[in-house]
Amino acid sequence: MINKSKTLFDKIWKKHIVKKIEGGPEVLYIDKHFIHEVTSPQAFEGLSQRGINVFRTSNTIATADHNVPTINQHLPIKDKLSKIQVETLRENCSKFGVELFDLEHKYQGIVHIIGPELGITKPGMTIVCGDSHTATHGAFGSIAFGIGTSEVEMVLASQCLMQNKPKQMRLNINGTLNKYVTAKDIILYIISEISSSGATGHFIEYSGSTIDNLSMDERMTICNMSIEMGARGGMIAPDETTYSYMTERVFAPKGDDFEKAKQNWTKLFSDSDAKFDKEYHFNAADIKPMITFGTNPGMGININKTIPYFENQKTEKNENSYNKALNYMGFKQGESLIGKKINYIFVGSCTNGRLADLRIFSEIVKGRKKAENIIAYIVPGSKKVEQQAKEEGIEDILNKAGFELRQPGCSACLAMNDDKVPQGEYCVSTSNRNFEGRQGEGSKTILASPLIAAVTAITGEIVDLDIFFISRSRPSV
Amino acid sequence: MEKFIKLESFCVPLNMENIDTDQIIPARFLKAINKDSFGKNLFRDWRYNKNNEPKADFVLNDSTYNGNILLVGRNFGCGSSREHAAWAIKDYGFKVVISSFFADIFKNNALNNGLLPLQVSDNFLSLIFDKVYNNPKTLIRVDLANSKIEIIETGEFENFEINEYKKTCLISGYDDIDYLLSIKNEISEFEKIGSSSL
Repeated sequence: MINKSKTLFDKIWKKHIVKKIEGGPEVLYIDKHFIHEVTSPQAFEGLSQRGINVFRTSNTIATADHNVPTINQHLPIKDKLSKIQVETLRENCSKFGVELFDLEHKYQGIVHIIGPELGITKPGMTIVCGDSHTATHGAFGSIAFGIGTSEVEMVLASQCLMQNKPKQMRLNINGTLNKYVTAKDIILYIISEISSSGATGHFIEYSGSTIDNLSMDERMTICNMSIEMGARGGMIAPDETTYSYMTERVFAPKGDDFEKAKQNWTKLFSDSDAKFDKEYHFNAADIKPMITFGTNPGMGININKTIPYFENQKTEKNENSYNKALNYMGFKQGESLIGKKINYIFVGSCTNGRLADLRIFSEIVKGRKKAENIIAYIVPGSKKVEQQAKEEGIEDILNKAGFELRQPGCSACLAMNDDKVPQGEYCVSTSNRNFEGRQGEGSKTILASPLIAAVTAITGEIVDLDIFFISRSRPSV
Repeated sequence: MEKFIKLESFCVPLNMENIDTDQIIPARFLKAINKDSFGKNLFRDWRYNKNNEPKADFVLNDSTYNGNILLVGRNFGCGSSREHAAWAIKDYGFKVVISSFFADIFKNNALNNGLLPLQVSDNFLSLIFDKVYNNPKTLIRVDLANSKIEIIETGEFENFEINEYKKTCLISGYDDIDYLLSIKNEISEFEKIGSSSL
């Protein structure tokens, strides 16, 4: 008998197939296309060369995020090339009739932060963007994935993409989390288990009681890093947490419309006997606070453990590459990172630039003082996050502790603007990639949660969290 | 799109795994608004020191190796979706990248630009690396129509897998946009019935 059970992914995919090419890919309809200044100019140029318009402007939203400054956004952009790129986005949006949340617009921010917070991202949708972290939107039970600029042009031209259906993988995480463990630690742990290429060719569904108990902000952190395992995307079935987050979002349906939409959303789950091409099970109790020691996100360890010897680890297959990564970082096999002096921290990005992340950071630095050697980039993911952080008193806490809240953008995650980590310096970063030079030429990135970033910002070095929280109790205010 | 049919060339070997698109083209070079001249910054930080002097030990600076084929370790092109990575490799003059495993987005980006991401087995990849390191003038023949890659000197070969539709696109120089534009009416009809967009 044919198994008619469907995965969450199958259900959404099927509804978006315009047609199938005999022996070839399927034509997949895209509900929402986010664009930004860096990967769109050549796509718009392609439209102009072909003499065609944007097929569905109403399905397209633009913002400026990747190379914008995070201070003095009201002033003209100083970097000439960045300025041209942002101005080109403006010209293209105006010429082709695409809505743009420009610098200083109240909805501006990192593309993967604003979609969800404005209620543009909804369960059951297909969503693409010329950015590999588009998977973030999958936290709402949507099929969301990153595309290249040729594909951006395809979607602008036709609202469709030619796609072969990917394989599917389910990652089950069950149980209660240990202390100091955040969503970031969960995903860094999973990547360290299945490697930076372990999910290539697959779309991931995350499930299990641990995931069920996460907030939307936390679920987005998890889905965001699906690409760091090679997956095109990652998704989580919508539930009451999702619906409650979506209530009263600016562009989300309201009242009866919301109830009607919700009836459809509640059908979005994987049937109990649905089959996945690969399936993994993880126990939340095994997950400890994580940091990375190498130059890809799969090279992560429990903060209290030592860097594994090549033969004792499972994600890296090539010893030359492994040693090159450690040489670049200035670390040795068998070494502990506890006690390493750190001069830079970055809190922000589409991975950890939401309000929940700033709350974690501010709760720890509250009543404490930034270490003198630390230079910190604390960058809200959007204007709304910035605004809320001010209203909640987070900015005030940060200022008192010696930090500054900057303005929204991708910032030091990829260092296209001035927020760079200098040559040879370590940065404990809440972003998603520790590739060589990612945060500036010669920068050395250690990925971690906002909690570990906060502790590092106070101590100026990597420390044992238990010792920090027990021995360095907060001075009475 | 430029057609790709057949090629005989030497290889430029770069035996590293997990080469991410930030290494292929660092983010600070993504500020252009056209597709030209990314080749000069291909592997920028591996190729030049901070004074912009070529690093002698990097393969692109080693005149021993040349050719239109880039030979790399597994999981090539992981990370960022930047198509600039494919543009840089193509602009530098490569027409084929051989690896035993490619990241998905990079693979699509390459195919959309007439750059062939050619996936071979781990064994065949190490065989080519060995041959090329032993003799930089090892000629490789890539025959797309027959999905065959061959070390000409020894006749050792492997048939590689490639999506039939993409293969046709490469051979004919036809791209997805040409096709999608031709079915706009069907797309509009589909929209009337409605997807699950809510």
